[in-house]
Amino acid sequence: MSSKTELKPKMRDRAVLFATLLLFWIMLNGTLAADSLIIGILVSLIITVLFCSGLSFFTEFRATPQAFAAGILYYIYFFKELIKANFRLAAIVLSPSLPIKPGIVKVRTKLKSRMGRLMLANSITLTPGTLTMEIDGEWIYVHCVTVESTDIDEATAQIVAGFESYLEVMYG
Amino acid sequence: MESLLDMTGGLLLVAGAAFLLLGGLGLWRMPDLFNRIQAGAKTTTLGTILILAGTAFLHPEWGFKLLLIGLFLLFTNPLSSQVLARAAHRRGIETSPKTSVDLLADSLSEQDMPEKLPSEKTLSDKGIEEKS
Repeated sequence: MSSKTELKPKMRDRAVLFATLLLFWIMLNGTLAADSLIIGILVSLIITVLFCSGLSFFTEFRATPQAFAAGILYYIYFFKELIKANFRLAAIVLSPSLPIKPGIVKVRTKLKSRMGRLMLANSITLTPGTLTMEIDGEWIYVHCVTVESTDIDEATAQIVAGFESYLEVMYG
Repeated sequence: MESLLDMTGGLLLVAGAAFLLLGGLGLWRMPDLFNRIQAGAKTTTLGTILILAGTAFLHPEWGFKLLLIGLFLLFTNPLSSQVLARAAHRRGIETSPKTSVDLLADSLSEQDMPEKLPSEKTLSDKGIEEKS
């Protein structure tokens, strides 16, 4: 990336952060009255100026049709996994023998963006039997209730691959 | 129509409460802190989302706010679990004897033996750091 284009994404990030904050404010208030709108704009501006490096849902989001489609598929897959995770946990907790074999394994992610990695880490935490513990560059350490494989590639395929394919299109 | 909404809402509330109950049971039955966090993170997320959804059926006019709470929960709940787990691991909280492998401890001991706490270079990805 040349130095000329380096400034632009930052401005875009700020605009996106501002828009997100304002949207949240309007949704929380449930009104478009002038006084609340003015306060919202002021506060959003201040936050945008002070915390410009902050993340929001749309920071680093690639606004392409494919990314939106991937986003929808991602959330469908995510909720499916979340429900599966709960039933699996319920089965473990309710069985008298408590069939667990915990361990911490290491997996690798291809994602480069901060938001992508954050979403991946969160998704891993909410899916069956896995909990993100530490991220170190491209390495993610995951605590598993039931360890199936300690091999990095195999564990990556089991834990990361499902979400990564969507997040790659969304955030890269 | 009205009663159908009420019924769906009520069912969702009960389902949410059931998952939260299972989560509580998980907290009690799991052998060590990390497994307990696992039980807590998943059930509270789904349980609370179901309860929020149930409330949305009973009070449709609150929909937007409930949606916001749900989104906020979806992002902060796993994050706090992760940070708790990481802090506990760095502090040296023991894993249960059932634990078969701990590659995180292995990699830390390879990197910096003499230090008690992991040094700056093992601090995780910037994004996580800032959100937490």
